[in-house]
Amino acid sequence: MSETPTVAVTDDERVKEMSAFRKALIRPELGGICGTIIVFTLFLLFAHDSGMFNSQGIMNWSVVSAQFMIIAVGACLLMIAGEFDLSVGSMIGFAGMMIAIFSVTLGWPVWMAILVTFALCIAIGALNGYIVVRTGLPSFIVTLALLFILRGFTIYLPQTIERKTIIGGVADAAQGDWLAALFGGKVLTGLFSWLGEAGLIETFERGTRAGQPVVDGIPMLIVWALGLVVFGHVLLTRTRFGNWIYASGGDAQAARYVGVPVNRVKILMFMFTAFCATVFATCQVMEFGSAGADRGLLKEFEAIIAVVIGGALLTGGYGSVIGAALGALIFGVVQQGLFFAGVESSLFRVFLGIILLFAVVLNTYIRRMITGER
Amino acid sequence: MNPEHAPLIEMKNIEKHFGSVIALAGVSVEIYPGECHCLLGDNGAGKSTFIKTMSGVHRPTSGEILFEGRPMRFDDPRDAIEAGIATVYQDLAMIPLMSVSRNFFMGNEPLKKVGPLKFFDHALAAEVTMSEMRKMGINLRGPDQAVGTLSGGERQTVAIARAVHFGAKVLILDEPTSALGVRQTANVLATIDKVRKQGIAVVFITHNVRHALAVGDRFTVLNRGKTLGTAQRGQITPDELQDLMAGGQELVALEDSLGGTV
Repeated sequence: MSETPTVAVTDDERVKEMSAFRKALIRPELGGICGTIIVFTLFLLFAHDSGMFNSQGIMNWSVVSAQFMIIAVGACLLMIAGEFDLSVGSMIGFAGMMIAIFSVTLGWPVWMAILVTFALCIAIGALNGYIVVRTGLPSFIVTLALLFILRGFTIYLPQTIERKTIIGGVADAAQGDWLAALFGGKVLTGLFSWLGEAGLIETFERGTRAGQPVVDGIPMLIVWALGLVVFGHVLLTRTRFGNWIYASGGDAQAARYVGVPVNRVKILMFMFTAFCATVFATCQVMEFGSAGADRGLLKEFEAIIAVVIGGALLTGGYGSVIGAALGALIFGVVQQGLFFAGVESSLFRVFLGIILLFAVVLNTYIRRMITGER
Repeated sequence: MNPEHAPLIEMKNIEKHFGSVIALAGVSVEIYPGECHCLLGDNGAGKSTFIKTMSGVHRPTSGEILFEGRPMRFDDPRDAIEAGIATVYQDLAMIPLMSVSRNFFMGNEPLKKVGPLKFFDHALAAEVTMSEMRKMGINLRGPDQAVGTLSGGERQTVAIARAVHFGAKVLILDEPTSALGVRQTANVLATIDKVRKQGIAVVFITHNVRHALAVGDRFTVLNRGKTLGTAQRGQITPDELQDLMAGGQELVALEDSLGGTV
């Protein structure tokens, strides 16, 4: 910046000039962008003929990535606000199970089952947040308790009521339901059948669906994922509330001293995380037509990993929703890509561990650069 | 200080007990607009408790606080800030990971309406931050520079500028110089002087007599939860102030053996 010598003299001599490279490096999204480029390059080189990049293949890893994105947005905003939620996975199982119990066992209309489940889960999220801000305990331990409590109920309830751990029949109940279509439907089906007719995407060659495109629309899951990413990004970077999220996670006490309602911010973020988990669960239940007691297992960690790959600091106060979304994309592409490339799927975990370690080390280094600590 | 002015804040016989511990045992102080009122005391003298009572963090056990002549009761620091009492805490002034402009407007974000929605007005925030920082003599690389790259003295200065910009009538500085080097201290003291000349009352907490004497108009010494009186500038020597703070005797003996360097 300082081109004139006069400015350079009055500058603080202890703050070094920052090169464009270092400036780019302290953007939280950088790791996610680089990772995405690397991952796509590798799979294009080694798996381009495996069907990973035809319309069906793209839809395959897009759906998986979108699933990660939905929970990563919630986890990202919560982590920037300085807290964790380890109960996300159990919340997914619990929410799905509640929708199934309400709609199938109790016979409620599906829209009502979905709305009541959302209210219930967001209330549990608020409880998570309330306990954390009231007691001052680490959210890690509070939400770990909820992880077990919710999972326990998710197994106990269907076993007691229906004597099984998977409740099916949701698809039948959801036929023609207006709210269920918002989670289980597909959009742009017209465009896709036109693309199929025009020969731009593959169509079925035989069978009852001959002539129809293999991919017949964009699942609502992906629409939700993109919608949540845009919402989260705008909220965080462009609103007053976003500034409060950064402040609450950066230094809660300093934020309180200037009048930021830190407790309210944190509780709302716990509620938002619960909301995202419930969106995930609802889409999943509508897709499978059933709810299982083991759904969402380990999702909390996958969400946190996506967020960390996306450049957020585990200590809070720094991160990016776009980064988290890219982290989720990397996650989904690699998980499905290894399958397409014919690599033993257990190696995915090895990859995950390595990339997580790498991301955390990089983030720590970046934080030191921002704050000038040594 | 101007004696014709009515005091901005009158603290009358403030007592604060924490369980069985008496932190403040009847402290009375008056703060006038445009003065730098130094609050001196050794560690544990009750300085922090006293200013936290003034800024709404603690409620006094007994005693009366008058703000602009009216009795006041703050339920939390936000009330005090809205009334015009801003506090800058030594190490909690700023959030290092956030940019200077985000820090500057933290809790007071400027908004711009786009349809029914309200967004953070980054352009305005950046502009105001840059001009306020220039006034205080800090040259930023840009408004998005992280506070973590600023020195301790600069952080204090940003926090002071922020409080002044948002209309503080009383600025409470909690040991702003205790962790700073010589040059940074000089910068902060110069900032205090600038602020005082704008008619803002500054309450400057320190245990460094030399820093207090450099900018102070009046000096109140706290010792073991009690005030030992308020002295005007020119009525008291550094040695007397030092003695009052330390409670007299022991330090005199020590000072002789140290050759008067304390």
